[in-house]
Amino acid sequence: MAEVSLQGEQRVFMTGNEVVAWAALAAKVDIMYGYPITPQNEIMHYWTRLAPKYGKRFLQTEDEISAGFTMLGGVMTGRKAFTATAGPGNVLMQESAVMAEMMRLPAVFVIQQRGGPSTATVIYAQQETTLTAFGGNGEGHRIVYSTSTHQELFDYTIKAFNAAWTYRFPTFVLGDGYQAKMREPLTIYDPGEKGLELVPTEPMVGENKPGKQFKYLRNTYNTEDELYEVVMDNQRDWDAMAPKVVEWSEKGCEDADIVLVTHGVVSRAALGAYDLLRAQGKKVGVFRPITIRPFPDKQLLAAVQKAKKLLVAESAYGQLLKLVQGALYGAPVEIVPVLRPGIGITTEELVEEYNKL
Amino acid sequence: MQELKENNHLQPAMPACWNEETKPHKFCPGCGHGIILKALGEAIDELGVKDQVVFGCDIGCSLLSWDFFATDSVQTHHGRTTPVITGMKRANRDIVGIAYMGDGGGYAIGSQHLFNAAVRGEKITIILCNNCNYGMTGGQMAPTTLPGMKTETSPYGRDVEETGYPTKGPEMVAAVAPEGAYVARGTIANVRQLKGFIKKALENQIAGNGISFVECLSSCPTNWRTNAKKTWEFVEKEMAQYFKVGELRTPQVKEG
Repeated sequence: MAEVSLQGEQRVFMTGNEVVAWAALAAKVDIMYGYPITPQNEIMHYWTRLAPKYGKRFLQTEDEISAGFTMLGGVMTGRKAFTATAGPGNVLMQESAVMAEMMRLPAVFVIQQRGGPSTATVIYAQQETTLTAFGGNGEGHRIVYSTSTHQELFDYTIKAFNAAWTYRFPTFVLGDGYQAKMREPLTIYDPGEKGLELVPTEPMVGENKPGKQFKYLRNTYNTEDELYEVVMDNQRDWDAMAPKVVEWSEKGCEDADIVLVTHGVVSRAALGAYDLLRAQGKKVGVFRPITIRPFPDKQLLAAVQKAKKLLVAESAYGQLLKLVQGALYGAPVEIVPVLRPGIGITTEELVEEYNKL
Repeated sequence: MQELKENNHLQPAMPACWNEETKPHKFCPGCGHGIILKALGEAIDELGVKDQVVFGCDIGCSLLSWDFFATDSVQTHHGRTTPVITGMKRANRDIVGIAYMGDGGGYAIGSQHLFNAAVRGEKITIILCNNCNYGMTGGQMAPTTLPGMKTETSPYGRDVEETGYPTKGPEMVAAVAPEGAYVARGTIANVRQLKGFIKKALENQIAGNGISFVECLSSCPTNWRTNAKKTWEFVEKEMAQYFKVGELRTPQVKEG
């Protein structure tokens, strides 16, 4: 593996998984916990090669349940920690994710979505959108960044640690197998040198100071009312946080008759279609939620004020669609779905779908 | 009462690392958890490691200990105490990590964690309360339920043809852990010995030798539906007959 220094900016050509490992290093992560599953494996492969050189640690656990919970143990001691998984592993990690929601633990999960529910089709999908945003027996008190390029994988992985440690909600970077395995140029950098401050960590337990006040971290409550108070406190914090972390991108929506709504890697096809159709003089726009949770409801509603139709395209059967429908409930705009679970969507296919409208 | 305490006339006999404000504890009358936690508390006191301790408790009756000690404490999900304490110790090697759980948490829902923590020789201390049933949920069959024993999910007695034999946890840990492990089975019927085992299990972690595991034979009169005499007989005789008390692994003394 090539030795790449994190001094200054560096133009590199890497797979997405390698990018995540470098981003974790750039974010000054102390320890990664992980369990093998395709297509995220190379995050661990690169981390285990990089980690010892930078005094970082790695623990390969017995399963994803353990990877999630060992990570929670790590963050409780004030160490910056993360894990990465996909598919069924994402399902198993929801138990630790909901504990992180309730106990307000700054856990970071990188998800490289794969097709399912199945094995072998481990290549690509956007079928973990609902799971990653709302998985578990809770209210979805979390942040989910859906990336679409390798540059974003780098930027948002760093951002995920800052968001987690600022707001103390579990934070997810939602990628997919295409992003994980594809090689692409990007610029990696040391965040400090760019003036990007890394949010400091602090131990919740395990600090050995004389005369320290001991702490109890618990996720057990005596009454419905006590639980209600905790959930509602978290809800209020989450609601206050949402406008500060919500992110989206849009182009050409001001005068668009038709807006393409996509997220993640499919947004690249949408941008391609946008360029082609605009070159033909078509009044088309694109809208992309970058945070799937919190979802940019208001921003989407504002962006489609002039639109007659929305083309919602995703590599899943209606997971983004539900979020869009929720955001636009009552709005006089027709929603046309393009739903292709587990397969990629190209620029040409989107242009074709557009031409059918 | 407060006056008597302040003037040192009445000093409750409890370990200094216990949180006095949460006593009396929340366990049922006749439950063995209090005795195990007293042995653990005295061991922590004697070693003077209160400030380094992070005490993790599982779900089930063991969760009632979430505010038991005047030490950093973490209550986790069912079966997940071993990975949480493992993750802490891996991230910060200065802590004394204690994972406290029942037989369900250790031998059923969290058995993969216990097994693999043992295989990896995680430098943590696991204390497991074996009371032959799931207490908190109302007395169902546990991995440790004795053959023929009646529980809510084995109302005609545990049929070993259908459900297998009770799990022998320390034997399993002892079989797979690398050198440096400390493994023992104690009982609330011999508190002095139990405290010795727990103390060694903490010392072994502090020395960085390897995994330390102590199973404690314990009582559950509420779900066993036994009186004091029968409870004690069950712990002392029937349980100890199947689950042999003693040390199974001690680390080899390093040559000077």
